[in-house]
Amino acid sequence: MSAILDIRAVVKRFGGLIATDHLSLDVKPGELHALIGPNGAGKTTIINQLMGEIIPDSGEIIFGGEPMAGLKPAARVRKGLGRTFQITQLLPDYTALDHVALAVQAHAGHSFHFFGAARADRRLTGPAMALLDGLAPRAGVKAASLSHGERKQLELAIALAGEPRLLLLDEPMAGLGQVETAQMVDLLKGLKGQIAMLLVEHDMDAVFALADRISVLVYGRCIASGSAAAIQANPDVKTAYLGEGDA
Amino acid sequence: MTLVLEQLLNGLQLGVTLFLLAAGLTLIFGIMGIINLAHGALYMVGAYAGALTAKATGSFLLAVPAGLAAAGLTGIIIEYIVIRRLYDRDHLDQVLATYGLILFLNELVTILFGRQPLFVGVPPALSGAVEIIPGVPYSVYRLTIIAVGLMLALGLFLLITRTRLGMLIRAGATHREMVRALGVDIRLLYTLVFGLGALLAGFAGVMAGPLLSVQVGMGEQILIMTFVVVVVGGVGSIRGAFFGALIVGIVDTLLRAFMPMLMRGLVTNTSEADALSAGLSSMGVYVLMALVLLVRPQGLFAARG
Amino acid sequence: MEPGSRSTILAIALALGVLFALPFAAGSLGNPAMTTLATRILIYAIAAASLNLVLGYGGLVSFGHAAFFGIGGYTVGILFHHHRFNEALFGLMLGTDQFLITLPAAILVSGLFAAAIGALALRTAGVQFIMITLAFAQMLFFLFVALKRYGGDDGLIIRRRNGLFDLNMRDDTTFYFVTLVFVVLFFALVWRIVNSRFGLVLGGIRQGERRMAAIGVSTYRYKLAAFVISGMGAGLAGALWANYARFVSPDMMHWTKSGELMVMVILGGAGTLLGPLFGSAALILLETVLAAYTERWQVFLGPILIVIILFFRGGLAGLVDLVKKRL
Repeated sequence: MSAILDIRAVVKRFGGLIATDHLSLDVKPGELHALIGPNGAGKTTIINQLMGEIIPDSGEIIFGGEPMAGLKPAARVRKGLGRTFQITQLLPDYTALDHVALAVQAHAGHSFHFFGAARADRRLTGPAMALLDGLAPRAGVKAASLSHGERKQLELAIALAGEPRLLLLDEPMAGLGQVETAQMVDLLKGLKGQIAMLLVEHDMDAVFALADRISVLVYGRCIASGSAAAIQANPDVKTAYLGEGDA
Repeated sequence: MTLVLEQLLNGLQLGVTLFLLAAGLTLIFGIMGIINLAHGALYMVGAYAGALTAKATGSFLLAVPAGLAAAGLTGIIIEYIVIRRLYDRDHLDQVLATYGLILFLNELVTILFGRQPLFVGVPPALSGAVEIIPGVPYSVYRLTIIAVGLMLALGLFLLITRTRLGMLIRAGATHREMVRALGVDIRLLYTLVFGLGALLAGFAGVMAGPLLSVQVGMGEQILIMTFVVVVVGGVGSIRGAFFGALIVGIVDTLLRAFMPMLMRGLVTNTSEADALSAGLSSMGVYVLMALVLLVRPQGLFAARG
Repeated sequence: MEPGSRSTILAIALALGVLFALPFAAGSLGNPAMTTLATRILIYAIAAASLNLVLGYGGLVSFGHAAFFGIGGYTVGILFHHHRFNEALFGLMLGTDQFLITLPAAILVSGLFAAAIGALALRTAGVQFIMITLAFAQMLFFLFVALKRYGGDDGLIIRRRNGLFDLNMRDDTTFYFVTLVFVVLFFALVWRIVNSRFGLVLGGIRQGERRMAAIGVSTYRYKLAAFVISGMGAGLAGALWANYARFVSPDMMHWTKSGELMVMVILGGAGTLLGPLFGSAALILLETVLAAYTERWQVFLGPILIVIILFFRGGLAGLVDLVKKRL
């Protein structure tokens, strides 16, 4: 099965610091590939390079068989990439419904419609309400007033509105309580198999519960890759990341 | 050929004047995150203080410290009363508040000194011309401005690359949060940078006095050109400010000097040709800016990262 | 202020009532100057509302909006000039003094200028965008100062207001109502736009451009479209002003004029529908009051502005909201 995402020998330096060091990894269709590693390992940097917010110094990113070089973030999203942000990027004055409706609208095509009240348009609000799912009772609440957990959920609903082929999840459980984490794990489990996912996450229980494959990133390099069991047993990972005797 | 050389030097002189303003503007923006429209007003204050002192005492040597003191003092006062409250505001608030400052300062100067422009003579010690190469005389005063301006640029360069203060300034320009986190007295650093910017602007004002008429509105005229410099050179970069200023100064001067000849060749009606060339040459640097935006929107010498 | 909410509708009805009754009140009070003052406020309200579209709704701090105001005015002025002296313009057409031609022409021409300036300026963001819009406006200012053929520094006198049907446009009350019609149309247009799909995207860009890119919106084209619409609105205001004052000059595009427009938007409350109308009224009335007091009124306006920015964010609309919350 050919990969939906293929990262080939990508390098990114910031001055003297190497954030991504000849990194190669792939994501197969329907697979959930988790990326773990200590803080500063360059996980978010990879996501930002996949999105086109940061341009790699060298190497190639192939998505859906197509090289992504030169494509802006918005163009990559239209090719079928979706993402959630580690630090939620929401529009403070817009309601939860506004966000998802806007994403539905963007996915449907251009937005050069100057007339007609968009908020009353059932073609947008209908699908948006469905995507909000468990968040639907909070549809009319402005993002600024949503709780942290609700924001994380909203991030996911927005990304799903774009009907992505590959979802880049940047620490979706960060800062969530136990109950909320369990909810998020369930949500992602429900998506498994339908959408390929690259999951960056610190919550090891969640990662081990969800991932088909785990890669360990240290100083921008991939030091190990394999199933949950293989990673847990890997001595390099123990010393470099999990800390000796910790796992 | 003589004329070209003379105009090139004039361009260089305008260039170093623009640099003195652009350096302050770009540092204040780079380090403090403040866009200060009143920067041109400090130039005006320097020019007025210099001109009035020169008139009253007949001494240009006294005019320089007077201009510096006035601009520095004004700078400190507006930093203390207004700018300080704008650090955490967005650009819009900064633009409007410093626009308010311009309105106030311009009207205040008009009330105090009237609408009539002041004229200052070139100081006797620097009047006249020297032959820079045999057969080509050039104004001593303008040469002095060029020399002093280049020395100041060198000094600023050394300050920024060789001293601890310079290190903080550089770090502050790229990693503002980091410098704050290091426990540096950021207030003091800000005040120093703003004061430095005010002094440079004031000095540019004093030196420009004998070349231009000193009047209300002179500050904004040069401020907008300084914006062009900063956009062409790249925001936050001293190197960009330097080369941007020289490019803009020289292009503007050469266009003003040679456009009329060109237009008279093209348009038969002389007065029409002159009017048209005046318009086109004053548009020149903006066209330059447009070209830079097409090729390198971040500016020619943008700081990395 | 949520569009469509009860208080907005009430405010709109109230504003319309006052604006409609104003010339009659002026007549019965024997103070016809009130009508011309109100005309000025209305024209600037259109200019400010157009700036509000990019600045208030789109978050783009354009500091060169007076350029489009001036371009609109000069389009009317130049067309009239050619009409009066029967000279061909670009060797093609003669000028005209017909409102129904000059007005669309002014809107079109300022839209073209806005497209060119916006296409370049929007390649940058933040502080560069502010500097670039200011610089390009200054460029046009210099251009018109140099155009001796159209009066240069001294400007261009328009001897008669443009003709519109059989209306007596010389009559200030008639002209006031003509202006009022355009104000109502323009504000209705802005209202529709900000609540449309396009408007939703525009507001999203203001609040988080990165988020908009992450849902697949190429923000540049939306910002440019908003900039062009905004330039056209300012051009319309300029064309009305040229008719009102029967005079255009480079001062219409002076950078201080751009500053005034920004002040109006902020004073009235950025990103609110009626804010620009309140802002225009507030600034022009303040100017009128201060100017009656002293010729050097800007010495007061400056500090007032600073105090408002430093201590009363949200402008008049914010103040109204604050008062409402207290009640």
